[in-house]
Amino acid sequence: MKKLSRSNLDALFAAIADTKKLYLPVADGEDEKRGAKYAVWTPGTEYSTAVNTIRSAKDFFFPQVERMANFKLEGKTIEIDDIREECEDFVVFGVRACDAASFQILDSVYLAEPVDSYYQNRREHGVIMTMACGKPSETCFCSVFGIDASEPAGDISCWMTDDEILMQANTEKGEALLASLSMLEDAADQAADDVKALIRTVLEKLPLKDLSTKSFGGDKLMELFHSEKWAELSQACLGCGTCTFVCPTCQCYDIRDFDTGHGVQRFRCWDSCMYSDFTKTAGGQPRPTQVERFRQRFMHKLVYHPANHEGTFGCVGCGRCMKSCPISMNIVKAMKTLGEDHE
Amino acid sequence: MQVNQEFKPKVVAFCCNWCSYAGADLAGTNRSNYPAEVKIIRVPCSCRVNPLFILRAFQRGADGVILCGCHPGDCHYTTGNYYARRRMTLLFSMLDYLGIEKERTRVEWVSAAEGAKFAATMNEFVETVAALGENKRLEDLRCKTQ
Amino acid sequence: MQNTMMKRASELLADGTVSRVLGWKNGEFVYDPTPAVFKSVEALEESFVYHDFCGSNLSKYLIQLSKLEGKTLVFLKPCDSYSMNQLLTEHRVHRENVYIVGIPCDGKLDPDAVRASGADGILGASVEGDSVKVDTMYGEVTLDQADCLLERCKTCKSHKVVVFDEMLGENGDVNPESARFDEVEKLEAMTPDERFTFWRGELSRCIRCNACRNICPACSCEQCVFDSPTSGVSQKAAAASFEENMFHIIRAFHVAGRCTDCGECSRVCPQHIPLHLLNRKFIKDINTYYGEYQAGVEEGSRAPLVNFTKDDCEPNIIYKGGSK
Repeated sequence: MKKLSRSNLDALFAAIADTKKLYLPVADGEDEKRGAKYAVWTPGTEYSTAVNTIRSAKDFFFPQVERMANFKLEGKTIEIDDIREECEDFVVFGVRACDAASFQILDSVYLAEPVDSYYQNRREHGVIMTMACGKPSETCFCSVFGIDASEPAGDISCWMTDDEILMQANTEKGEALLASLSMLEDAADQAADDVKALIRTVLEKLPLKDLSTKSFGGDKLMELFHSEKWAELSQACLGCGTCTFVCPTCQCYDIRDFDTGHGVQRFRCWDSCMYSDFTKTAGGQPRPTQVERFRQRFMHKLVYHPANHEGTFGCVGCGRCMKSCPISMNIVKAMKTLGEDHE
Repeated sequence: MQVNQEFKPKVVAFCCNWCSYAGADLAGTNRSNYPAEVKIIRVPCSCRVNPLFILRAFQRGADGVILCGCHPGDCHYTTGNYYARRRMTLLFSMLDYLGIEKERTRVEWVSAAEGAKFAATMNEFVETVAALGENKRLEDLRCKTQ
Repeated sequence: MQNTMMKRASELLADGTVSRVLGWKNGEFVYDPTPAVFKSVEALEESFVYHDFCGSNLSKYLIQLSKLEGKTLVFLKPCDSYSMNQLLTEHRVHRENVYIVGIPCDGKLDPDAVRASGADGILGASVEGDSVKVDTMYGEVTLDQADCLLERCKTCKSHKVVVFDEMLGENGDVNPESARFDEVEKLEAMTPDERFTFWRGELSRCIRCNACRNICPACSCEQCVFDSPTSGVSQKAAAASFEENMFHIIRAFHVAGRCTDCGECSRVCPQHIPLHLLNRKFIKDINTYYGEYQAGVEEGSRAPLVNFTKDDCEPNIIYKGGSK
């Protein structure tokens, strides 16, 4: 384990940024209501210790819009111009345990055959430095999915004490990065134990920590699918994509072509199962109303994902949907309502 | 790449079929000069022009957009240009509010008899837009050829 | 208030005047009630709530609910009643199927503003006079109520419920002193460069989640132009800065003269983009150029963009005077 005085944080950032692009959470403007966002570190950038960013860290590996190729038509030939832009080394500092866990979920989708090379390249070029959560929010429920906010994953895990930052490399990539930072001092392996214990006492107080997952899983397909509660749960749903766009594990996309007037640009962008045209095909619409669309989102996270990925749920309990949904409907309410039948 | 060429703005002129398009025709018949950079798009009435038309003209590379229609009171459809007048006032005011140069947009009433006015308007508008330079604030980089 | 509302709703359900009640259902926390339909007195008793976080505007749900058989009782706050009037004007809601109960409003709280004012880990909150007492995971904090209000409530235009079948409590008045155009004026006073920087900074943060559009009671098209594959402008994401601008300009334009300034767009934006500043610019321009007009004040009024006078100002008015 390595350590560094908090007063030296800027020097650390500068040293990392010297060789790689460094992203970290910063306040999004002066109005505190706006919370935090990831931004590129430049001298003077102030690290935000906000419990989480409004947008998730999936943006780094699965950006909202990704340009894929340009097509040029000349006569009867089509020229394809590769315009991939995901090959730059970068470091993300301050990722929370939930978001770090979300990468595993995205990996299980995008790194499974056939591998998504855009995603894979970004993953290979990124180093994740996580930060344990000293002050979780009431909407946090990562522990429900087996995530320990006092022991965040990632290439390097960090803990913040009153005066120091402690760092532990978990992977080769992490080791290499830590080794390259000369200002770090050695620390005992137990150095972070006190702060971990402190975090655990706070986690114990979280109001959603006892949320039950026992009614969900790959084997609960039929009963949940046919539950009569979906209609009521989805009643107020507006069909916007806010929950899916702030979600660190939502991974659906659309590939579109833009006619530039002198060619075609192909790009992919996030899509949302909440949208009316998500499953629209020439043959019809298998999810004609918001009830089916709403059901799909939660069935995917709580049933289909565990069915396809060895029981892992497709939610990491970051609580973003709880804060962002315009009508305050979210996975916790859905789980509680659907779970009632099985208590 | 462009080599030190004099900047020639691209201007889109939406012209109503009944007055302004005929006005442009008259300008031609009269051999009045106006810049070739003006691309005329004929519309049935000035009120056919949806705000999206204006924005898409900018997206597709226009540096200035002008809407020409019959003089108020002379609309072929009686009242179309009255609606267009309100819409464009509000739209252009909004563009200005977003910091997009308001001089890039214009509404001018040109009758079928005003060939000279059409040419003069276009000359003056192209000059104004040329002075502003390339449209940067409402551009779509994907549509740029270089 | 909650008890009065529940009692009245129960009576109307019991005597058959209404078949269902549209209100708010309690949430996981104090600040997250969800709009919900209640079909029985038991359902009301189980989960109906009304408190300072019930900010959402229920009027848009009536487009669907008023098509059902039997009357729907809806509780409308002053803001929501303006939207209702506008929907009635546009024949989107069947008035005969709606039973409107007006409720007074002194401003609703914004959970994000509560958090920003220093309450992390909100477990409970109650308004006491001018302050909000918040019980948090990290202790109790007392905040200024004025700091915790939703943006629209800080510059409330009217406390008056403009359409109702009955009113619970005292109806309020229009507030002509509202400072709702102050921010717009501040922007107008800037140079175009400053304005451009400001709006780029805001609109570039848009994630195109469509929350603003889908919550908006004026955005009631069956299919939005931005969802229509044949429109040529359908977008799932803003793939270029132009598309960010286009979406917000066109959305604001499509509701120009119809926007009741209910502020829902700004309330729901996960990125906290001040979208109301676009709508208010249109309202202000309409007031300046075509005379005072506020959509939703009265049912049946003709929106300024489907209206004209022969002596309207010419578009070149914006090149003279006005903003810099």
